[in-house]
Amino acid sequence: MSDFPTSAKVVVIGAGIVGNCLVGHLARLGWTDMVLIEKGPLPNPGGSTGHASNFIFPVDHNKEMALLGVQSANQYRDMNLSVDSGGIEVARTEERMAELNRRMTSAKAWGVEAELLTPAQVKELVPFINDEVILGGFHCPSVSVVDSLETGTVMRKEAQETAGLQVFANTEVLEMLVDDDPVPGMRRIKGVVTDKGTIEAEYVVIACGVWSNRIANMAGTYIPLVPAVHQMADVGPMDVLVETNNEIGYPIVRDMDTFCYERQSAGSMEVGSYAHRPILHHPDEIPSNEEAALSPTEMPFTPDDFDQQMEEAIELMDMLGDAEIKYAINGLLSLTPDAMPCLGELPDVRNLWSAAAVWVKEGPGMAQVVAEWMTYGYPRVIDPHASDISRFYNDEKSDEHIWARAEEHFNKTYGIVHPSEQWETRRGLKESSLKAITDGLGAEYFTARVWERPHWYTSNADLLERYGLSEREVEWDNRWWSPIIDAEHLNLRENAGMVDLTAFQIFDLTGPGAVAFAEYLSVNKVDKPVGTSTYTPWLTPDGGFHSDLTMLRLAEDHIRIMTGAFDGGRDEAWIMKYMPTDGSVTFANRTEDFVTIGLWGPNAPAILGKLTEADLSQTGSPYGSVRTVTLATGDGDIEVDLFRISYVGDTGWEIYVPWDQAPSVWTALEAAGTDHGLRPCGAGVYAVGGRIEKGYRLMGAELESEYNPVEAGLARPKVKAAEFIGREAYLAAREAGPDAVMCTFAVEDHTDSQGRQRFIQAGNAPIVTNEGERILDSHGRVSVVTTAGNAPSYGKYLCLGYLPVDMAEIGNTFKVMYMNELFPVTVVATTGSAFDPEDTRLKS
Amino acid sequence: MNILVCVKRVPAPGAKINVTDDGQSVDAAHLGFTTSPHEECALEEAVQIAERDGGEVTVLTLGPVEAEEQLRYAASVGAHKIILVPTDGSAWDPQRTAVALTQAIETAEAANGSAFELILFGNESADSGGFQVGVRVAHKLGRPIVNAIKGIVPGDGSVTANREIDGGFEVYEVPTPAVLGVKEGINLPRYPTMKGRLASKKAVLETAEIDAAAGGQTLVKLHRPPEQASNTEILGTDESAASAIVDILEEIGVLA
Repeated sequence: MSDFPTSAKVVVIGAGIVGNCLVGHLARLGWTDMVLIEKGPLPNPGGSTGHASNFIFPVDHNKEMALLGVQSANQYRDMNLSVDSGGIEVARTEERMAELNRRMTSAKAWGVEAELLTPAQVKELVPFINDEVILGGFHCPSVSVVDSLETGTVMRKEAQETAGLQVFANTEVLEMLVDDDPVPGMRRIKGVVTDKGTIEAEYVVIACGVWSNRIANMAGTYIPLVPAVHQMADVGPMDVLVETNNEIGYPIVRDMDTFCYERQSAGSMEVGSYAHRPILHHPDEIPSNEEAALSPTEMPFTPDDFDQQMEEAIELMDMLGDAEIKYAINGLLSLTPDAMPCLGELPDVRNLWSAAAVWVKEGPGMAQVVAEWMTYGYPRVIDPHASDISRFYNDEKSDEHIWARAEEHFNKTYGIVHPSEQWETRRGLKESSLKAITDGLGAEYFTARVWERPHWYTSNADLLERYGLSEREVEWDNRWWSPIIDAEHLNLRENAGMVDLTAFQIFDLTGPGAVAFAEYLSVNKVDKPVGTSTYTPWLTPDGGFHSDLTMLRLAEDHIRIMTGAFDGGRDEAWIMKYMPTDGSVTFANRTEDFVTIGLWGPNAPAILGKLTEADLSQTGSPYGSVRTVTLATGDGDIEVDLFRISYVGDTGWEIYVPWDQAPSVWTALEAAGTDHGLRPCGAGVYAVGGRIEKGYRLMGAELESEYNPVEAGLARPKVKAAEFIGREAYLAAREAGPDAVMCTFAVEDHTDSQGRQRFIQAGNAPIVTNEGERILDSHGRVSVVTTAGNAPSYGKYLCLGYLPVDMAEIGNTFKVMYMNELFPVTVVATTGSAFDPEDTRLKS
Repeated sequence: MNILVCVKRVPAPGAKINVTDDGQSVDAAHLGFTTSPHEECALEEAVQIAERDGGEVTVLTLGPVEAEEQLRYAASVGAHKIILVPTDGSAWDPQRTAVALTQAIETAEAANGSAFELILFGNESADSGGFQVGVRVAHKLGRPIVNAIKGIVPGDGSVTANREIDGGFEVYEVPTPAVLGVKEGINLPRYPTMKGRLASKKAVLETAEIDAAAGGQTLVKLHRPPEQASNTEILGTDESAASAIVDILEEIGVLA
């Protein structure tokens, strides 16, 4: 084909909803010289878009999914390719009714109109429903049905007309061309080889839905997703539907407890299911367009898997039983190990981007995220950390892992998932060398991605009586929680606690350019004397948070970076992306060379002092300093690094111990602490209780790219002279002043309408006015709880969250919605800490 | 009227059918399976007759154990009884198939205490298209057979069958018990309802183990015919194409 291009700035692979919307958004952002290739025919190439049920329920507990769902729905509306059908989630159980109250809360948070209905009210809207099997419904009038194929066509044509996009259907990628890169471990995309010819390209985007990992593999990299079956049967015609004379005349019903939906499609009803056994396929098992009777992603229906759902559907809508099954498929869609999309630049191949594992309901919004990311260096529409492809560790990039996790979460698509819910499969991928010891202490482990972290220790149960603690009244509030956490907390404040922090991600930058490079990444000054540390944000080019972490100056040419287990992948990718290409900096991931043991509490200096002659006073080991000392253990002297810092608000150290010697140090500390009340202390204290009392911010909760250090209360009095990423935006933010301020709120009354004591669970509960109105700042950012947890030393249950600057005053009262009820809260701190605001304990 | 319908499990149409490397079978990796369309119509006709006039519809197939799927489907659209003659999964030639089916029919009729008044085949199977099995079975049973039937009217001791020919129908009246080869178009087969599908799960699957000797036909090799070259000519992409279209329409006589 003579007009097939040999070069382009951007090649987008895949013309489903994502690829089409992506070229449209790129065109709107000024990109030109783009080529879109698609192995199937247009307008329906045979991917998942072509058989999608095309409806959007805009309420989700997850912020990215919810806001991008709303954003996507609005984009479909703007193109007049959407109908607001309304939708109702019905409950058959009391547990689900509670979940619907939780949905009401999320609807409030994201500004989506919603109401709870009685069974009779549901029947008024859906006259053919059996209201005797339901307890109620959650009605959302803005649920919409969209035309995803036409939307894709419109966006693609827009890019053709405004940006000269070239489109080639029936064009299959055979090979990905990748170049070496000066930075070890990195490569760079160079182009694609197709059956029509080779295109050299500066950027390549994989938007191939269920085939995405196959294309990534061609480039020697990995997009962790698996094609999975979602069964759907179209039954009809039925008079009551035909009479609407409409594609969609009745609200969509989600029968949540059977994991099914019923969606009118003209005279028929589509019955879809997430209830059947997980049916996963390898991309190579998907037929070609030619080999597929319907389309490649509409695989032959396996009726045995659907029978149970049919019975339940008939129970809900008797008329379905006599309707004919005209069309039924095992439709393929994409699942990932953590049920979130795969967006962003591949961490090991420069300029190769993933826009995958995205469903129709969030397609246009996610495409916008990727387009902005490619354009501005980071998305503007939302913080993408939960969708960022670089969040995955290597242990998460195997078929074994993806299949196991996808099987586990497929049936939770309509499930009731607790915010702290833990995975059952693929546990123990990364364990500390302290594991045998913590096992012996009865640790309850939570995962931080692949890492196992003790969350509390059942061996501390005896402390419950001492502190007079007991379980919470309502099972939901008690789930994935233990009062032992509060006991460990109080003991740490009274005596001391020892924390297994092995999951810390430890990166070393060495070489003559190490300090300058670290300086370029960081807002705060890193080039300080050896033996000092810097806590600092890393900003996006727009001045929002990419990370917050600690950097230690270990030598003239050696910077050690400590970051959290949830962000290690993202932070490592950020480092590699910006690494100098002149060889002046060497990167090493030292995570599995060291175990970090935290030791904090008023008795911490006395305990540690038993193991070393070193001066541990605030003179010999001042706050923020790092020094090497020798500890005397039962297994001999062990050299460790002591970093005087705290994320829990009490004096003490992070102790970095060579991996294999950690058990000896732990055991020695344990023995030294016996007379000082030392107890092991889990991440329940470290990550929530201790930090919330002190108002310490957490990346991904309080810190997101939508907020800047001024708003988060993390701006220092002065700005360093050195250049750093996001500097200009940061200076502008300082000049403008905060639009919102991070605050600490105390819950004043936990009593709900049934007289029960309720405890707000982590994340996204809306903070509203006393009149119950949502609070938005002038940027349109909504006030929600970013972290919630008990603060036993402070004596109250606390929440963190942003407030518009004019509302952010200590003593102001608001309400927090939880489970669709309002609980009164008072602002107890703005930029500082609720507990020990003078930091006297830290400096003692 | 008690009617027997013989059906065959065949690959679902619409997809490119691949052949295994040894050329001995169809590569089923991406295939769905269905009932031959002629036989779907035969079944629909039988069910309609039974619904109208009473009687039972029995469906018989010879094939791999997976052919239970087609029998359950038959039950889901109204068959009363289902019988499987399991093979080892290999394709049986028409002679062997006919011997086995005949034995199965005789066994079923003995059990019923009476002959099926009507046995319906599809005119030919959708995959191998041998046009043989129905005729061979009728011959072995000593019953009359008419093929290419597009209309059936049961009578008293006989059946009237319409056979499609160019420009019209031949009308046969044959004494029952009789065998007919039915063609697609005789009716529009129904889809199963959800209740029908669920009821079909409860249908009792009878299995007739038949040991029939191979006939004289052996499979040498399957091969795919060469792709038909597309003969598309693009007449134009704008209004100038209109006159070109008119020229062609005149050429083929659509426009005077």
